[in-house]
Amino acid sequence: MSKAIASAAIRGANRIYREAEELLEKAIAEKGEGHRFEFNDTAYYLPMIYAMTGFPVKTLGDMRTALGFARDMLHAEPAEHIWKPYLGEALDSGMSTLFAEEVWLALRTALGMEPEKDPETGLAYNGFITDTIQRNLGIQLVDGTMPGFAAIIGAAPDDDTALNIVRELQEKNILIFLSGHVNGESVTKQLQRKGVELGWDTRIVPLGPRTEHTLYALDWAIRASLIFGNKKPGDFKGHLKYQKDRVFAFAMVLGELDDMKWATGAGAINMGFPAIADTDIPVVHPTGVCTYEEVDKEFDHSKIVQKSIEVRGLKIIVEKPPIPVAYGPAFEGERIRKEDMFMEFGGQRTPAFEWVRMREMEEVEDGKVTVTGANWQELYEKGGKMPLGLVIDVAGRKMQKDFESVIERKVHHNINEGQGLWHMGQRDLNWIRISKAAKSAGVTLEHLGQIMTTMMPHRFRSIIDKVQVTIYTDEKEVLALREQARQAYAERDKRLGSLTDESVDTFYSCLLCQSFAPSHVCIITPERLGLCGAYNWLDGKAAFEIDPTGGNQPVPKGQVMDSRFGRYTGVDEYLRKSTGGAVETLNLYTIMENPMTSCGCFECIVAIVPEANGVMIVQRGHQGMTPAGMKFSTLAGSVGGGMQTPGFMGIGRNFITSKKFLAGDGGIKRIVWMTKNLKESLKEAFEERAAEAGAPGLLDKIADETVAEDSEKLLEYLAGVEHPALQMDPII
Amino acid sequence: MKLNKKSASEASQKIIDWGESEGLITCFERAEKMKPCPIGETGACCKVCHMGPCRLVGRNAEKEVTGVCGATVSTVAARNLLRMVAAGTAAHSDHARSMAITLLAVGEGKTSDFEIKDPAKLKRMAEILDIPHEGKEIKELAREVALKLLDDFSRREGVVNYAKRAPQKTQERWKKWGILPRSIDREVVEAMHRTNMGVDHDPDHLLLHALKTSLADGWAGSMMSTDITDVLFGTPKPVRAEASFGIFKEDEVNLVVHGHEPTLAEAILDVVSEPEMVEYAKSRGAKGINLGGMCCTANEVLMRHGIPTSGGFTNQELGVMTGLIDAISVDVQCIMPAIVELSKKFHTKVITTSEKAMTKGATHVPFDEHHAREAARKIVRIAIDNYPNRTKKGKFVQSDKWPVIAGFSHEYIEYMQGGRWRASFRPLNDAIMAGRIRGVVGLVGCDNPRVPSTGLFRYLAMEFIKQDVLILTTGCGANAYGTAGYLTPETALEQAGPGLREVCEAIGIPPILHLGACVDNSRILTIASAMAAEGGLSDEIGGMPAVGIAPEWMSEKAIAIACYFAASGVPVIFGGGGSPVGASREVTEIMTKTWYERFMGSLHFEPDPENILNLALEYIDKARAYLKLKKYEPGRFGTERVLMDMAARRELEKAAKPHLGIG
Repeated sequence: MSKAIASAAIRGANRIYREAEELLEKAIAEKGEGHRFEFNDTAYYLPMIYAMTGFPVKTLGDMRTALGFARDMLHAEPAEHIWKPYLGEALDSGMSTLFAEEVWLALRTALGMEPEKDPETGLAYNGFITDTIQRNLGIQLVDGTMPGFAAIIGAAPDDDTALNIVRELQEKNILIFLSGHVNGESVTKQLQRKGVELGWDTRIVPLGPRTEHTLYALDWAIRASLIFGNKKPGDFKGHLKYQKDRVFAFAMVLGELDDMKWATGAGAINMGFPAIADTDIPVVHPTGVCTYEEVDKEFDHSKIVQKSIEVRGLKIIVEKPPIPVAYGPAFEGERIRKEDMFMEFGGQRTPAFEWVRMREMEEVEDGKVTVTGANWQELYEKGGKMPLGLVIDVAGRKMQKDFESVIERKVHHNINEGQGLWHMGQRDLNWIRISKAAKSAGVTLEHLGQIMTTMMPHRFRSIIDKVQVTIYTDEKEVLALREQARQAYAERDKRLGSLTDESVDTFYSCLLCQSFAPSHVCIITPERLGLCGAYNWLDGKAAFEIDPTGGNQPVPKGQVMDSRFGRYTGVDEYLRKSTGGAVETLNLYTIMENPMTSCGCFECIVAIVPEANGVMIVQRGHQGMTPAGMKFSTLAGSVGGGMQTPGFMGIGRNFITSKKFLAGDGGIKRIVWMTKNLKESLKEAFEERAAEAGAPGLLDKIADETVAEDSEKLLEYLAGVEHPALQMDPII
Repeated sequence: MKLNKKSASEASQKIIDWGESEGLITCFERAEKMKPCPIGETGACCKVCHMGPCRLVGRNAEKEVTGVCGATVSTVAARNLLRMVAAGTAAHSDHARSMAITLLAVGEGKTSDFEIKDPAKLKRMAEILDIPHEGKEIKELAREVALKLLDDFSRREGVVNYAKRAPQKTQERWKKWGILPRSIDREVVEAMHRTNMGVDHDPDHLLLHALKTSLADGWAGSMMSTDITDVLFGTPKPVRAEASFGIFKEDEVNLVVHGHEPTLAEAILDVVSEPEMVEYAKSRGAKGINLGGMCCTANEVLMRHGIPTSGGFTNQELGVMTGLIDAISVDVQCIMPAIVELSKKFHTKVITTSEKAMTKGATHVPFDEHHAREAARKIVRIAIDNYPNRTKKGKFVQSDKWPVIAGFSHEYIEYMQGGRWRASFRPLNDAIMAGRIRGVVGLVGCDNPRVPSTGLFRYLAMEFIKQDVLILTTGCGANAYGTAGYLTPETALEQAGPGLREVCEAIGIPPILHLGACVDNSRILTIASAMAAEGGLSDEIGGMPAVGIAPEWMSEKAIAIACYFAASGVPVIFGGGGSPVGASREVTEIMTKTWYERFMGSLHFEPDPENILNLALEYIDKARAYLKLKKYEPGRFGTERVLMDMAARRELEKAAKPHLGIG
C-alpha cells in the first residue's frame, strides 16, 4: 500500500463513517432505536458485519453499535514526512468502510432510498442481492461455468471500450457487477447506450450508481463462506481466508479514483480481492494479503481483462465454436423477444426434435455438418419459421448407450450460450430461436451444427472421439425421423426406469462443490440425484468416464448394512476417507439418522414437523414463512456446510418423487406440507408415485402456503383431510 | 569505512574532540591506552583457581600447553565462554525476576504505582501458560501468571514454560541434545559449578551447557521480561521520537534515565507531568522537565512512550559532557563507573537506584516497586534542584537530532502486515519467498569504543538494505541507528534495494525495525517462530534465511544472546575485536560447525566488517537454496503465479500450496 493509497483509504473511511452516522441519527429520530430492519431475503442480517463480528444487526439501535465497530477502526492519515506504518491501518480503514457502507445502505433501504433508480434511463439497480440468488448460482459457482467475479467500478473512456471489456468478461464466464461513476458517467450507462441487456440473465448486474454500492457485491461474496463454507459468524479469520482462497473476485477500476474508491478497495483487499485500474495509480505488488498483487494497473483496455484474471490467480479455459457471434454461459440467460427474432424452430410452431445417436466409429465423419432439405438456404434467408431435425451422431471408444441422454441434455446449453441464439425444452419438445442481430452477424443453420461439433467433444472429451451433425429442414423428413427418435426416447426411458439402487453395484460421489463447500460430499444413486438437481447417476457415470480424477468418483456399494435406511459399507468407507472422518456413516433413505449432508445449493429443504408426524418441503426462492417456524433462508442456514443435521436435509426437486424418498421413514406419505410451486411442478409424477405408494389423492391432502404457514393451522388442515401421516408410526 | 574516527556519529565525535582538548578522559581514550589483554582476549587465561592464573600460550599451545591442573586450551576457552553465558543469562534474568516480582505485587495489590496496561496480552500469556482466564479478575490472573513464571527461576526438574513456544522441530533438536533448560537459576548455578576448578573438562560438553544456560535466558528470562513489561506498561506500537544529543533542552530540566529496567523510568515518566513537579521546576527557573533516555532504558520508554533517546552505551560519558544533564538516574547493567567521576567536572548528579548496583560518589535513592513513585519524585526533585547549578561548561546544544520511528513489537509487526483482520506473517514470508526480501538480519548488541563507535552498525546496515536484507534491531544497535537517522521510512525509499523498498513502501516502514531493548531480542525468537508456523519457509527456526550479528559487542549479555540464537537455529556473527575462544581451534570448530550440524545455528567471531557482510549473505543464500526458494537476484523478483481452475480449487484442502497459506 503506498502512502497515497493509504491516505486516501483512511480519508474515505472517515467520510463514509460520518455520512452513515448522520443518516443513522436522522433515521433514529424518525423511527426510533427499536425500529427493526432486515435486508430482503437474507438470514444473515447485515452480512459483512455479521460474518466479521458475529453481531446480528436487527434494529436501528444495533446499527449504532455496529457503527461503533467502524469508528474503532478509523485512523489519522499518515504524516507527510517520517510517517508511521500505514498498511494495517489502511486495511482496518477499509473494513471500517465496508461496515459503514453496509449500515449506510441498510439505512437508505429502511428509508426507501434503495435500490436506486436511474432518473434518466429509468433503470432499476439491483441493490441488495438476496440469499436466493446466491443459492441459485450454487452449481455454476462450482462447475466452472462461473469461475470468477468482476466488480467494475467507474466508467470506461468510451461506450465501445465498456462494451468490449464486458463482452470479454462474459466470454470468460465471469459474473460482472457494476457500480460507481466518474463525473456521472458509468459503465452501466455506457452499456445501456449500447443496448446491452443488463441483469442476472446476462451476468451483468448493475448494483447502484455510487462506489458505496460495490458493498452489495462484497456482501454477496461474504455469504459464500457463511452458506457454502460453513464458517461461523465472528470467525473472521476463517471467512477472510475462505474469501481469499475460494472466491475469485477482483475489482476493475475504470477512470479516475477518489477516496471512496480507495477506501472500498482497501476493504476488498482485506478479503483478498485485488484491484486493477486503467489509470496511472501507485501500485502495490508485494503479496500476502492478496494471493498476488494487491493493486496494479493496465492502460491497455484490450489487456485489462486478462491482466485482472491473472492477478487474481484465475485459470479460465474457454472453448469457442467458429461462429460469428460471442459465445459463453453469460449469454445463456439472454432472451429473444418476438420482435427481435429472425427465425424459430419447434415450440409447437413447426415440427422439430433433437437426437443424439451413438454410432460406430466408422459410421461417423468427424466434424462433418450437413444441412438437408430443398432450398433450405432460401427458406432460411426469408426468416420466420422452419421445421428442424437436429441429429447428432457420436462415436467413441468409451461411448455407452446410456450417455446419449446425458450428451443430448447439453444441446440446450450449447445453443443457448451463443449470443443471439436461444433454446428451451428438449427431445421433440424443443424450441429454438435465432435473433435478427445474430442473423445479420452471419449466423446460418450450419453454425448450429458447428456448435455441436465443437462443444460436444469439448464437454465430453474422452467419451466422444468423433461427432457429425445432420440438420433436416424438410418437413416430411423431419416427421419421419422424429418417429425414430421417439422410439429411442421411449427405450431410454424404459432403461432409466429399470435403473434402481438395487440394480447397480456402484454409486457416484459428487465433489464438484468442494471448491466452495470443502467438507460436503454428495452420494448420487440411480434413485437419488444430487441435491443441486443438476447431476444424476448417469451424469456422474459419464463424468467419471470423461475425467477419472474429476469431481465424480465411483463409490462401490459394498454390503447392505441396513436396507430400510439405505446404509452400505462401501458408501461409509468412501465417506470416512473423503471427509477425513467428519462423516462416519450415511443413511440414504432417512432424514432422521445420519442423513446426507449439504453444500448449500440444494434445490429444496426437507424438514420434519414433529407435531404433524411428517415433513415439510420448501424450495429455494420461496420467501414466505413455513410451518417449521423458519423461512427458507433461515432453514438453509442450519442445513449447509457439510454437516449431518438429523431432521433437516437439502435435496434435489426430483428426489421427491423417487421411490427412495424417505423410504425408511414411510416415504412420500410423510409429506404434510409442500409449497404450491412444488405441488404444481411435480403434479404428474407425484400423483403417479402416490398411487403406487397406495395413497392416491395424497397431493391434495398436503397443505401448502395458501392453507397454513404455521403448525397450528397445518394440524387443523391435516386433521380435516385425514392426512395419512397422522396415522403413521411416530417419526421421532 | 573510515577508521580514523572514534565515533561514526558526528555529534559524538564533536564532543570527543572537545573533551580531548579539555583534557577530559573518556572510554575512547581509555580504550586506546588500555589494549585488551592478549591472553584473556582469546580465552587462554584460566583464573578459576589459585594455582594460577595460568596463561596457556606459546607455539602449538592447543596441543602442548596445559594449566597447572592439566586443563587444555580448549577446556579453558570453553569454560570461560560458559562463564560469560552464565553471567549474561544472570543479568537478563535477574532483570526478568524484578519484572515478575513487580507483576506479582500488582496482582496481589501490594503496589498502587503500577497497573495492568495490556490485559489482552496478559490473557494471551495465560493461554500459553495453560492458566484458565475466563471470567477471572485481571489482578488475580496477573498473580497466577507471575507465580507460574517465577517457577522458571527455581524449578528442580522439567522445562521452562516458554520453551514450547518454539517450533516443534526446534524443540526436538533441544531434546535430542539435552539442552532444554529446567530453570534459570539451576542452569546458571550448574554453569558456575561445572566451570569451578576440577569439574567439567570436555569442551563440547561444556559448550552444550552454555547453550542450555543461554536458552534459559532467551526462552525464559528475556522472553518473560518482554511479555511482563508489555503487560505492565503497554505493548509497543509505532511511535515517532527523536535521537541524539539534540534532545536536551537548554531551558528545561534535563533528566536522563539510563540502564535497563523500565520500572523506575515508567514511574519517573508518570511523575514528571504532575503539576506540582512542573511547578517546582518553574520555581527553579526552568520552563519544564525534559525526560530523556540512554542505553536500554531509553529503548524501553522510547518504544512505549516516544521518550527521546540520547544514544547508546558509548554516549553516556558524552552526555554528561554536554553539561546539559541535570541528573542521570541509573539502575543496572552497562553503567560506566566513569560517569560518576566525570560528572564531578560538570554539575550533573548521578543517582544510583538499585540495591544491587552502587557506585562510590554517586547519590543513592533506593527504589523498589512498592514505593516507585515516591522514589521517582525524589529523583526528579534532585534534578530540578540541580538545574540552577548549570554552568556554561560543555553546553553542547546540538542542532542535530534525528527523527526515529520505533515501536515494532511482535504484535505490531503481525498487525502491520494485514491490519486487525488479516494480521499474519504471510506477507513477510511471501516477500522472502519471492526474493523481494533476500533475508533478515538481526543487527543488535552493544556499541563499542574499540571500533569507531556505531560505525560497524552503520556500514553493515547500509550494505544490507541495499541488497534487500530487512534489518531487525534492538538494544544499543537500535540507539546506533536512531542517532544515525536511519530509523525513518524515508531511509527505505532512498537507500533500500528495489525489492525491500517495495515491501517497506507497501507497509510504510523503515528498512530497519526497532524492536526494543536488548532483553527484547526475545521478540526476534517469537517472530522467527511465527514465520516458521506461517509456512512456506523453514518449519523450524533453523534454516531460515536469517542471521544474527552483533558487530560491536562487549557485554557478557551479548554472548548469552548469541548462544540462545545459535541454539535456536540462527547463525550468529560477532564482530569487534578478537574471538574470546580464539585460542582454541577445537572450540571454534564446535561453535561454527558442530553447532550448525546439530542446531542449524552457529557463532562466529569475525572482526572484519566486510567478512561479516559476506559471511552473513552466504548464510542467507545458502538457506534460500536449502529451502528451494527463488535465487536472489537484485531487482528481479516476483511470485510465480499458480492459476487455479475448478479442479485445483477442489484440491485446496488436500494439496497445500504454501504461498496460498493453506495448511
